[in-house]
Amino acid sequence: MRIGVVTFPGSLDDGDAARAARIAGAEVVRLWHGDADLHGVDAVVLPGGFSYGDALRCGAIARFAPVMESLADAARGGLPVLGICNGFQILCEAHLLPGALTRNQHLHFRNRDQFLRVESTSTAWTNAFTAGQEILIPVKNGEGCFVADERTLDELEGEGRVVARYTHGNPNGSQRDIAAITNEAGNVVGIMPHPEHAVEALTGPSLDGLGFFTSVLRALAGAPAGGQLAGGQSR
Amino acid sequence: MARVVVDVMLKPEILDPQGQAVANALPRLGVTSVSSVRIGRRIEIEFAGEPDLETAREIADKLLANPVIEDFHITVVEQPAAEVA
Repeated sequence: MRIGVVTFPGSLDDGDAARAARIAGAEVVRLWHGDADLHGVDAVVLPGGFSYGDALRCGAIARFAPVMESLADAARGGLPVLGICNGFQILCEAHLLPGALTRNQHLHFRNRDQFLRVESTSTAWTNAFTAGQEILIPVKNGEGCFVADERTLDELEGEGRVVARYTHGNPNGSQRDIAAITNEAGNVVGIMPHPEHAVEALTGPSLDGLGFFTSVLRALAGAPAGGQLAGGQSR
Repeated sequence: MARVVVDVMLKPEILDPQGQAVANALPRLGVTSVSSVRIGRRIEIEFAGEPDLETAREIADKLLANPVIEDFHITVVEQPAAEVA
């Protein structure tokens, strides 16, 4: 399975995301923001960092990168996409996920190991977890406060699209303690904390992050031959 | 030549922690008469020729403001001749 990791100007965690995918057993393909070609990858990770220096709003400029136009089409067709931190912000700016990530309520950059409760295990990126499982992965953001109108929040809750919630303390003021959400099809997931930093005992607080990457490999293995997760994407 | 100004503000229902921080600092200046501060962004756009409001609106809607959390307002500012020269 080939997982693409996109590098934008200002991406920071593309190296770690690639390493995490490799440790999970994937072949990694590095994708470039200026190249609209997805090179036939089976899934894509949008990594954390500060694309385009967070100019205007986090993710607002990256959304218009050539790679994003192809990616948006592919994601709507069922290609599994995981946006981590800045990647989550980009997915919201691209309207592939609802809501927005705003300035942390306390205005401080928060960098710590964070407990999450995995609430949806039916997405392409979380099927290796059990519902209600608590995991510990690093969180590090200044603009990670998830906001959406009440109707959208109710919709996310009602459709089981809240993928993970902060537990033992909300690090940024996110509404309803939301740490990760998914789209209706379950192929696009955005998460504020960093699973790619929790894949090895030497550098991470746990190995819990690995589950996101093994999940997508499992989802792809189970997908019909030649097709993508939701069956719509042709390559 | 005219300049188009786009003012972007967080929607009223969206919390503005920056504005709150500023409001909380005001008593330290001895100001106690302010009840609320909200912070937005002003963007000035200059067109090569005549200002194109339709295009300005598209820029504001697609890029300058995030309609999920922000509202925008567009005004055309005529520049004095001296400034144009």
